Amino acid sequence: MKLIDKTIVAKKMPIRLVRNTILKGLFFLATTFGLLVLGILLYRIFAQGIGYLDWDFFQNFASRRPEEAGIKAALIGSIWLMIVVAPVALLLGLGTAIYLEEYAKKNWFTSFIKLNISNLAGVPSIIFGLLGLTIFVRALALDRSVLAAGLTMSLLVLPVIIVAAQEAIRSVPRELREASYGMGATKWQTIVRVVLPAAIPGILTGSILALSRAVGETAPLVVVGIPMFIAFLPKNVFDTFTVLPMQIYNWTSRPQEEFQSVAAAGILVLLFLLIFMNSIAVFIRNKFQKRY
Amino acid sequence: MNMTLLRTSEAFNMDKTVVSQLSKEKVYETSQLNLWYGEKHALKNIELDIHQNEVTAIIGPSGCGKSTYLKTLNRMVELTPDVRTSGEIKYRNRNILDKSYKVEELRTQVGMVFQKPNPFPKSIYENVAYGPKIHGIRNKKVLDEVVEKSLRGAAIWDEVKDRLHDNAYGLSGGQQQRLCIARCLAIEPDVILMDEPTSALDPISTLKVEELVQQLKEHYSIIIVTHNMQQAARISDRTAFFLNGEVIEYNNTNTIFSRPSDQRTEDYISGRFG
Ligand SMILES: Nc1ncnc2c1ncn2[C@@H]1O[C@H](COP(=O)(O)OP(=O)(O)OP(=O)(O)O)[C@@H](O)[C@H]1O
Ligand SMILES: [Mg+2]
Repeated sequence: MKLIDKTIVAKKMPIRLVRNTILKGLFFLATTFGLLVLGILLYRIFAQGIGYLDWDFFQNFASRRPEEAGIKAALIGSIWLMIVVAPVALLLGLGTAIYLEEYAKKNWFTSFIKLNISNLAGVPSIIFGLLGLTIFVRALALDRSVLAAGLTMSLLVLPVIIVAAQEAIRSVPRELREASYGMGATKWQTIVRVVLPAAIPGILTGSILALSRAVGETAPLVVVGIPMFIAFLPKNVFDTFTVLPMQIYNWTSRPQEEFQSVAAAGILVLLFLLIFMNSIAVFIRNKFQKRY
Repeated sequence: MNMTLLRTSEAFNMDKTVVSQLSKEKVYETSQLNLWYGEKHALKNIELDIHQNEVTAIIGPSGCGKSTYLKTLNRMVELTPDVRTSGEIKYRNRNILDKSYKVEELRTQVGMVFQKPNPFPKSIYENVAYGPKIHGIRNKKVLDEVVEKSLRGAAIWDEVKDRLHDNAYGLSGGQQQRLCIARCLAIEPDVILMDEPTSALDPISTLKVEELVQQLKEHYSIIIVTHNMQQAARISDRTAFFLNGEVIEYNNTNTIFSRPSDQRTEDYISGRFG
C-alpha cells in the first residue's frame, strides 16, 4: 500500500512553485530597496560635496568661513583614534573570545558571561560615553585625550568584536582541532596554527564592522567632552583632538548654507576612510585564504 | 629486558590460547577500565592487552563503546565534557590515566586516524609537516625528508609528489584519508589508532588502506575499529568483540571468526544481530 497519494503531490506542485517565485521576487525587492536608498544618498552627497573636495580641504583646519574650512584636524584625529582603538579592542576582544571558546569550562557561569557580553553589544553608546567619562577622563585623569576617547570607543566596540570572534572560532570544525590534538599539539599550538587561520576571515569581517562603527560614532565622544572645533593636531595620545563625525556634525549644525556642502565633503572623506579600512580587511582575508 | 621476559612468561601461564604471539611485547595493558559520559556508563570493566607489531581489530554493534575505548587510549575522550574514568591503562608500563601523564607526550607516541578524513585546509606538504613542526622540528631538509618518507609510507607519494604545495582539499576522499595516515606517520608514532578509517571510502581506496595497514604493522602497533567483519578477518591478528560497553571476547582473529566461545560473538559475526 502506498502512503503517499500522488494526486495530492501533483495538486500541490503549482502552489509550491509559485510561492518559490514570489518569495524570490520579494527578496530581490528588499535588496533593491536598500541599494536604491544607498544610491540616492551617495548621489546627493557626491553632488553636494565633491566641489569642496580639493587639496586645500585636506590642508586646512576648521574655520568660521566655509571656503577656508578644512578637515585636517578631524581626519588626522580619526586616524589617531583608530591607532588606539584597533589594537586595544582587537587584542582584548580576540583574547576574550579565545578564552571563552577554547579554555573556559562550559558551565552556567560561562554561559552567563557570554549572554551578558551579547547584551552589552546592544547597550546605547551614550552609556559607554558616561563610563569612559567616569573611568578614563576623571578617575584615571586622562582628560579629553586621544587615549581616553580611544579607550572609551574600545569598550563600545569590544562586545561586537568578542561576539563576532566567538562565532568565527566556534565555526571551525571540531575535526580539525581533533586532528591537531591527536598529534600531540598543545591547546595554544592548535589555536594558533589551526583555529585562528580558519577563523580569521570571520573575525576580520566582524572586527572591521565594529571598527567602522567606532570611526562613525559621536555620542560617547560628546559625553567624554571631545571638542568639535580645534585648530591643531595631537602630538601624542595625551593631547586632545577631534574626529570626522564630530566635525561633520558641527558643520551641519551651522546656519550658513555653504557649510552643508562642506559637511557633504566631510562625509565623503569619512566614506573613503571606511572603504580604505574595509579594503585592508579584504586584503588580509585573501592573504590568509591563499595560505591554505 | 628482564622485566618484559618475566611479564611475557606470566602471560603465558594465564592465557594459553595466544601461544603464537607470545614473543611479542605488550604495548597497552588495560585493567578494570570504566568510563562514564555523565550518567551513561559507556565502558565497563574493560580488560584488554594490545600487542606490539600487531593489528588489533575492535568490532561490535553501534554504540557499544568502540570509539570511546579507542579515544581513551590517547585520552582524546577528555575533550568531551563530563567524562569520568576509573581503572588503569598502562602504555609501556606507565598508567596514562594518571593525571601527571601529559597528554601531549602520550599523543606523540600514539597517533590517530579518524573516521572522516580530516586534513587541515593547508597544502599537502604542510599537512604532513604539521606534526614534526609542532614538536619543534624546524630544519627544512629534515622536514622535506619526513614528508616524503611519510607520504611513501602511506602509499600516496606517487599520486601527490608533483602537487605537494596544492591544497589538500583538492584530493579525493580516499587520497585524503591516506594523507591523514601520512600525517600521522610523520610524528613517528609507536601506536596508530584508527576509527573506522575506511567507512567513508570506496572499495578500491578501502583496499589500498587495508594493504597499507598490513605493511604498517611491521613498524607500528595498530588498533583499528571496524564495522566490516571481512575487513577485521582480513587484516587483524587479534579481534576484540565489544557489546554494551563490555569486552565479550578477545582472542586471535582466527579463533574469533572460526570458533568463537561466546554465543553473542557468534551471533554478531554471523550477522544475526547488531
Ligand atoms: N559525548 C557523549 N556524551 C554522552 N554519551 C556519549 C558520548 N559519546 C558517546 N556516548 C555514548 O557512549 C556509548 C558508546 O559510544 P561510542 O561512540 O563509543 O560507540 P561506537 O561503538 O563507536 O559506535 P559506532 O559504531 O556507532 O561508532 C553510546 O551509547 C553513546 O551514545
Ligand atoms: Mg564509533
